[in-house]
Amino acid sequence: MSDYILRVVDLHKNFGEREILHGISFKVKKGETIVFIGPSGTGKSTLLRCINQLTVPDKGHVYIDDDEITGCGHRISEYRQRIGMVFQNFNLFDHLTAVQNVEIAPIRVRKMDKKLAREKAMEELRRVGMEDWADHYPAELSGGQAQRVSIARSLAMDPEVILFDEPTSALDPELTREVLEVMKDLSKSGMTMLVVTHEMGFARSVATEVVFMEGGQIVEQGPPSEIMQNPKHPRTREFIGKISEH
Amino acid sequence: MDIISILIAWGPYLLGGIAVTLGLVLSALAIGFVLGLPIALIQVYGNRILRAPAAVYVWFFRGLPILVLLFLFYFGIFPALGLDFPAFVVGAVVLGLRGAAYQSQIFRGAIQSIAEGQMTAALSLGMTRWMAIKTIILPQALRISLPGWSNEYPEILTDSAVCYAIGVMELLTRTSQIVSQTYVTLPVYMACAGIFILLNYAGMQVILKAEEKFAIPGFGVQSG
Amino acid sequence: MDPVTFLTQFLMPALWQGLVVTLELVLLTAPFGLVLGIGIALGRQYGGPALSTACAGYVIFFKGCPLLLLLFMLYFGLPTVGITLPAFTASVLGFILCNAAYNSEYIRGAIRSIKDGQMTAAQALGMTKAQAIESIILPQALRRAIPGLSNEFIYLIKYSSLAYMITVVELSGAAKLVATKYFMFNEAFLAVGIVYLALVTVTTYGVHLLEKRVAVPGMTGKSPA
Repeated sequence: MSDYILRVVDLHKNFGEREILHGISFKVKKGETIVFIGPSGTGKSTLLRCINQLTVPDKGHVYIDDDEITGCGHRISEYRQRIGMVFQNFNLFDHLTAVQNVEIAPIRVRKMDKKLAREKAMEELRRVGMEDWADHYPAELSGGQAQRVSIARSLAMDPEVILFDEPTSALDPELTREVLEVMKDLSKSGMTMLVVTHEMGFARSVATEVVFMEGGQIVEQGPPSEIMQNPKHPRTREFIGKISEH
Repeated sequence: MDIISILIAWGPYLLGGIAVTLGLVLSALAIGFVLGLPIALIQVYGNRILRAPAAVYVWFFRGLPILVLLFLFYFGIFPALGLDFPAFVVGAVVLGLRGAAYQSQIFRGAIQSIAEGQMTAALSLGMTRWMAIKTIILPQALRISLPGWSNEYPEILTDSAVCYAIGVMELLTRTSQIVSQTYVTLPVYMACAGIFILLNYAGMQVILKAEEKFAIPGFGVQSG
Repeated sequence: MDPVTFLTQFLMPALWQGLVVTLELVLLTAPFGLVLGIGIALGRQYGGPALSTACAGYVIFFKGCPLLLLLFMLYFGLPTVGITLPAFTASVLGFILCNAAYNSEYIRGAIRSIKDGQMTAAQALGMTKAQAIESIILPQALRRAIPGLSNEFIYLIKYSSLAYMITVVELSGAAKLVATKYFMFNEAFLAVGIVYLALVTVTTYGVHLLEKRVAVPGMTGKSPA
């Protein structure tokens, strides 16, 4: 039983001619929050999707708690129960209310008792501050509210790690804050998180480690104080410089 | 007798059936257009007195099964009016009257979807209502209606077969004749089905080509 | 004979019997036509190449083949290969096969109008494709397909009249028989026309109520914001 709850080894992914991931490797300990930064289109989202095999990598291995996920065929559904994912566009189920969205996976996938699932769902909604909106449909929620429900939905499955794919990129600035607050609390409470984001403030204050990616490769990684204040690699410096100008 | 020799022997007879079927279809589309467009215009621009009969017409001809309409006109209405039309004419007229009911709704939707502002702009330029309809609204509405026609055509084609019930010598009737004379049943029916499917395909290609030809850049019915 | 006598003594009873047969035809067909239609839509959308092509072929055949021809094939053709179906059964079978083809097109269109993200999210939560289709995709797709499916149901009511052409005395057949016997064509066919119009109108209203009942805020027939 290793220290690492998630291990990614030499991940490669091509889309046609273009190589999106050029051999990505890293390890994550339980409770860490890893934030991925870098220019758009450099494979960060693809990386997250390769971890839960929504996109199947061409080469490489992914281990969750030492169980290999890559190449496991249709058993992938079982592993996905242990990995949560929060999407840029929330992807809430439009025909279900907020609480139904949160409880459906525990009921269908974990075969949980309906009453217990409902209690758990309300608990998670409370955790993200959305319990008063339990009976509302996604169309009736603002972006920030929808994203928080989406986080509750992932939490209801008690995942070992949650992947956040640009969770606030589709939100108006005023709504971004409420989501980042929830994510901050989550991180503090000990959840293992991988976050792809452009929110540098979040990276600086919440990340255990910041990973700068460009061109499908990890250029530099380290604690936020190092990467954000004192980057070693010239391209990291260039990127951080550009961001700071905002 | 195998199916191939049957088809060869009865080829000309079947071709005649195809001609009659296509005649029915084209008449129906033509009558449907000529009648359907005015009905649509009445429903969108007409006053209350005119709109009521138009609505009743549409409701009647869309609500009744084609079989009942054929019986009604062939055995009832035309004889009562002293008209002794051949079955083909009755079939074409009935399919046309019904087609007009359906097509009027397609045109109506298209006309209504054209922004109110276009009519306003045309009027402010000094056009009369009628001129605006002719030069601004209709050219756009007709283009928007084309996809609707791609639903009309298959429907009229398969409905033409119901004219069997009043003895029109179209494709299905002739096929039945062949079956009863040769005692070969399923293969002949399947061949007939194949012909209908081909006619369907061919007609759709023509409509698609028409859609392409009349398309205006940026003026899609679907977005993107 | 005067129209009123004709109407009450001969036509109405005949039409009533015919109506019962029509309702039997329609109500037997509808559920199977829907289930089969769902199956074909799913097969076409989610099946492997073989299944998908087979379903596409099914749709092309049963949409392109006139219903009347199909009924002839089932009633006159099948006996030549040893399968003799009673007229009523042949009618229902033909209606189901045809109805399913049209239904599957509406359902397939509805499935395709659902954003990819819904399936992605479902799978990310650990649902298998089958679970996702059952809990997430189909409930939404069927709601969106209601206008099209109800349209097809109304067509079914009208096209049930073709059963008469293979000797099933439903509504239209009853009207024709009475009309021919008493030489009262206009009266008979106009009366039966009114019955069909009533059926269609009632059904349309019923569908409207159904749509309101299953409506979900934000889920109109078009794609949501």
